[in-house]
Amino acid sequence: MSDATSATEAPRHRKRLNFQVLGPLLALIVLVILGASLNSNFLSYGNVTNVLARSAFIGIIAVGMTFVITAGGIDLSVGSMAAFVAGVMILAMNSLIPTMGIGVPLIAVGMLVALATGFAAGWLNGFLISKVGIEAFIVTLGSMGIYRSLVTWLADGGTLSLDFDLRGLYRPVYYDGLLGVSWPIIVFAVVAILGELTLRHTAFGRHCAALGANEQVARYSAVKVDRARMATYTLLGALVGVATIMYVPRLGSASGSTGVLWELEAIAAVIIGGTVLKGGYGRVWGTVVGVLILSLIDNILNLASIVSPYLNGAIQGVIVILAVVLQRERKSAD
Amino acid sequence: MIRRHFLKGAALAAAMVAGTAGAQAQDAEEYTIGVAIPSATHGFMGGLNFHARETIERLEQTYPQLTFVLATAGDAGKMVNDVEDMVATRNIDALVVLPFESEPLTSPVQAVAEQGIWVTVVDRGLSVEGIEDLYVAGDNPGFGRMAGEYFADNLSEGDNIVVLRGIPTTLDNERVEAFQKAIEGSGINVLDMQHGNWNRDDAFNVMQDFLSKYDDIDAVWAADDDMAIGVMEAINQAGRDEEMWIVGGAGMKEIIKRVMDGDPMLPVDVSYPPAQISTAIELTALGLVSDTPVSGRFIIGSQLITPENAEKFYFPDSPF
Repeated sequence: MSDATSATEAPRHRKRLNFQVLGPLLALIVLVILGASLNSNFLSYGNVTNVLARSAFIGIIAVGMTFVITAGGIDLSVGSMAAFVAGVMILAMNSLIPTMGIGVPLIAVGMLVALATGFAAGWLNGFLISKVGIEAFIVTLGSMGIYRSLVTWLADGGTLSLDFDLRGLYRPVYYDGLLGVSWPIIVFAVVAILGELTLRHTAFGRHCAALGANEQVARYSAVKVDRARMATYTLLGALVGVATIMYVPRLGSASGSTGVLWELEAIAAVIIGGTVLKGGYGRVWGTVVGVLILSLIDNILNLASIVSPYLNGAIQGVIVILAVVLQRERKSAD
Repeated sequence: MIRRHFLKGAALAAAMVAGTAGAQAQDAEEYTIGVAIPSATHGFMGGLNFHARETIERLEQTYPQLTFVLATAGDAGKMVNDVEDMVATRNIDALVVLPFESEPLTSPVQAVAEQGIWVTVVDRGLSVEGIEDLYVAGDNPGFGRMAGEYFADNLSEGDNIVVLRGIPTTLDNERVEAFQKAIEGSGINVLDMQHGNWNRDDAFNVMQDFLSKYDDIDAVWAADDDMAIGVMEAINQAGRDEEMWIVGGAGMKEIIKRVMDGDPMLPVDVSYPPAQISTAIELTALGLVSDTPVSGRFIIGSQLITPENAEKFYFPDSPF
């Protein structure tokens, strides 16, 4: 237990990583084989695109969550934050139609609003946690409630809908793509690759791991602990903004029920992927595998309908726990 | 820019406070009615909250001797507290309650009824019968039957449909059972049923998977207007909008508008009106201020909304 928290750079860790790698990947491969054997359409272009594109929102958020959890934090507010950012974005775009007209510049402004709102919301979480020194769990539990009720209030209890014509123009951002790969998938891939590089090869990434492993040691090693911690929450907030930019063109609406439980899905994906919940070690590519596992389970259950739909949640739970157990067993065997 | 009425809300609150102050020095003719409903966490409840506020505003003008106390609760526990506070501090003469959940609200509401306060229960029944003086609700089996009959009349033998269900509850079961009964013997194949949880995003995902799985779908019973919107997007994305039509339910203004405009993808809708809260409040008020008998059960039938009658169900100002 003590070496799990202190040995971030020890060579032993590299060896263990090789064993840990197999857990989530194995689970993913088993799911793909299972899906393909249950339904011939499973590997069709259409289905693969659907699954990847709908994974993108949680996926983009989960990449940011990987940084937060690696640095020993947690953020419960991302689902509500996504709904709030979507609401603000829709209101801003609708209200700017008379002055800007419907066109690409307006959509660009909308995207900037989403990014800025997400950034500010994440920064605020980070500020309260690292500068004011309140527990991350409490701060983000509070902001979860705040953003959820703010979006309900903005929508007056109903649904905020993007102007119909504007939506027609914005729609391709979710539904179209480049060379047959839709935009959400491309953005998700780019975010994941950049995230992996940042976590693995930059000073910021190493500071996150050091901070999550042992804050005192990190502080004495001249890591600017507060700044690094604040940066993880701000990054997550900005990525929530990015996810919202991809989400809004899909249905063109936001309501009190948007993004419910996304925070738990994102956290689950991060843990399934092999990041340690108490911090100190994280990997972004594992998170991507975790996100894919979660959406594949849903997809397979819908395609196969072999069990009562009442049991979908139970099956999901079992697979999530199994994927993590696989890793833990390999770890202790090592 | 922002569609909210906080000023109106504040004015209403001020009016209520003023009203209570007046009620302190009351003569026997003045009454206070407590209204406890779930808070506006999704479209349907948003509409219900809207209609509750509208009705209270209107009734306070019509009957100056009436005072209303409106409380919205995010969970069953808070609602129990609200109800107890109304009895203890506001001295209500009648209670209109839409129980958040049946079980936890049953004994608190029973306690209210035992003090001789008039009780009106809306939509979700209590678990013990005979507590309430008046029960107002939508017709869940009727909701399913109405949709089922439309499918049976407009599809022929061997046609394929898929069904999206709501959150697993008795309410959802009643609707689906009545639907299945109505299409029995028509030869329509129900290819699949999955839970879309009355949620746009979930319905979108489920419909995408249905479309991957089945090459031939003739119609979709989305059973809810929020789900109908998700389903519609998934069908458009797959480019199969010529192939099938959708029937939702409840009466969201965007969907009603489309029915009114004759959208071929949304030929009809089935009503399950959030305005039932207005019926409940009006009847309760009527019973207090006059000798009109209003006790019993008032079941609001589900109606088929067609392009011809859609206007009657269209409330452009409501958030739902």
